[in-house]
Amino acid sequence: MYYRQAGRFRTSYAQDMRLLPVLEDRILLISALVIGFLIIPLFANNYWLSAILIPWLALSLVALGQNILMGYAGQLSLGSAGFMAAGAFACYNIVLRVEWMPFFGAVLLSGVIAAAVGIVFGLPSLRVRGLYLAVATLASQFFIVWVIDKFGWFKNYDTSGIMNAQQIVVFGQPMDTPAKEYMVVLVIVTFLTWLAWNMAKGSVGRKWQAVRDMDVAAETMGISLLRTKLQAFAVSSFYCGVGGALFAFAYLKSVEPVAFDILLSFRILFMVLIGGLGTIIGAYLGSGFILLLPVFLNIFFHAIFPTVDATITSALEQVIFGVMIIMFMIYEPLGMAKIWQNIQDRMRRWPFKV
Amino acid sequence: MDTYEILFFVEVLVGGLLAGVMYSLVALGFVLIYKASSVFNFAQGAMVFFAVLSFVGFMELGLHFWIALPVTIGLMILVGVATERFVLRPLVNQSDDTLLMATIGLAFVLEGAAQLAWGVEVRRLDLGIPDVPLTWLADLTGIFVSALDITAGVVAGVLVAGLAILFSKTKAGLGLRAVADSHAAAQSIGIPLKNVWMMVWATAGIVALVAGMLWGARSGVQFALIWIALKALPVMIIGGFTSVPGVIVAGLIVGASEKLAEVYIGPYFGGGIEGWSPYVLAVIFLIFRPEGLFGERHIRRV
Repeated sequence: MYYRQAGRFRTSYAQDMRLLPVLEDRILLISALVIGFLIIPLFANNYWLSAILIPWLALSLVALGQNILMGYAGQLSLGSAGFMAAGAFACYNIVLRVEWMPFFGAVLLSGVIAAAVGIVFGLPSLRVRGLYLAVATLASQFFIVWVIDKFGWFKNYDTSGIMNAQQIVVFGQPMDTPAKEYMVVLVIVTFLTWLAWNMAKGSVGRKWQAVRDMDVAAETMGISLLRTKLQAFAVSSFYCGVGGALFAFAYLKSVEPVAFDILLSFRILFMVLIGGLGTIIGAYLGSGFILLLPVFLNIFFHAIFPTVDATITSALEQVIFGVMIIMFMIYEPLGMAKIWQNIQDRMRRWPFKV
Repeated sequence: MDTYEILFFVEVLVGGLLAGVMYSLVALGFVLIYKASSVFNFAQGAMVFFAVLSFVGFMELGLHFWIALPVTIGLMILVGVATERFVLRPLVNQSDDTLLMATIGLAFVLEGAAQLAWGVEVRRLDLGIPDVPLTWLADLTGIFVSALDITAGVVAGVLVAGLAILFSKTKAGLGLRAVADSHAAAQSIGIPLKNVWMMVWATAGIVALVAGMLWGARSGVQFALIWIALKALPVMIIGGFTSVPGVIVAGLIVGASEKLAEVYIGPYFGGGIEGWSPYVLAVIFLIFRPEGLFGERHIRRV
């Protein structure tokens, strides 16, 4: 009712292939973009911008990368933070050493470097799958962080361990307020999301999904496993790398190997799982959920027990986190994206029950 | 190579093998659950942490060692039963990936619960077994081995022998293997799935307690124990996911290679390669022998 497909006919292939075939979905997306690009930078305060929205966007991009690899191509990976580190340090070194390079160029180039690293570590995926592949990607996680930590060149021979990321400069303008940084991140994230969406919907994404569902069957249909799997690793690492660079430059304001540890990889894994495997919107919902849950729990606990110890809240947070993951696996294994889809279905049939 | 160098090599090798025994102990819990439900139990590391922290916690409450031990074993059985009831039973016949993710959630619950109950500080655990090199052995051969090392080795041996007999000789073990093959098929011929799972998870909890006590006696009872679980992954890959003896052999390989690599290859890279060398070893193994040393070869049909 609020939301309908009946009576709306698609009369051309272009209409049939568009990303959002339903009119209401397009209105929703456009209003989200208007809010994101116009209203938030004008009205949001600095805390919300720099502590929640910027990391949300950056981590959503990483989650999107993880989702491409895991949700679309079906390759279990536990090394996304390693690729984030590759992207962040690539960006640091490009900005440091190539002075004429604009920031957008540096970010995209660091994504390309992360993609190259991803292809190398994706090679075992040609022989192994599932849990075995997870071990191979764990190797990448530890190895990349170790390399960056051990070889001084990556850190510009800085021994203090605390390295500030350079100021983001776009068209000669320093991006020195949270609102400006937010805009830079938003532009990159929006563009790359649009790209990923098209990839996922097009032949590339279909090949990924074919390989995910049954790789031997996909191969007999003429899909090159070598190409498809490595492509998934490359695209995924590209997104992780760009997300990592944005995460370091716009949110952390520092580049340090310890920030990209295995725990971050797990958080990103949870974002994808809770958000919904094999969906674009799931990456955004999941990362928002994982980022905001601790914030809300903290506020909640402090409202009830004002004097409670920080270690207790963090332990309790962990328990609640675990319970939520188990509950999602039991009641909604397809994640928050599925809940959103259920809401859409419900609205389509309103006032009748589904 | 003169005698000194050979002696040094042997010393590093023995140190690595002894560390490997400890890895095997942790990996044993994984294999147990993997065999019975083809789930990679990510929570095994958390179970190690939870078990030993509870044990130390009970001792701090004033319980005697021999009272705290059965109480903790009872607690771990309870954890196993609760896991079966609230996590596994609703997920029967779900994909392996879903089950894996659920165990990650379980790991979070156990870690959080342990810290909530007992606090976060690092504890010492004194088993009464000294962790200093035995002097007579050092004098005789020049190799440093402590009583704790020997205890760990003996305990690991006994556990492996016991579990191997359990799996291959008893009726319960046969049921376990049937359940591992297919949940539905096992149920259809009357094997009580929930009893099997409860038993396996409880046993894995007890194995976790044993591993945790030995690790705790060596390096203190602390949160870092859960990361041993990640070291157990390459051990399982090399040993094969379903083989109890394979875990011991693989644990020894991983332990020895890790220490030898650190001492002989590490200096060329500035050290610290212990963190990733087991994984690289596992990847190399995967390329040549994807089913591991003693694992069952899987044939996939389209």
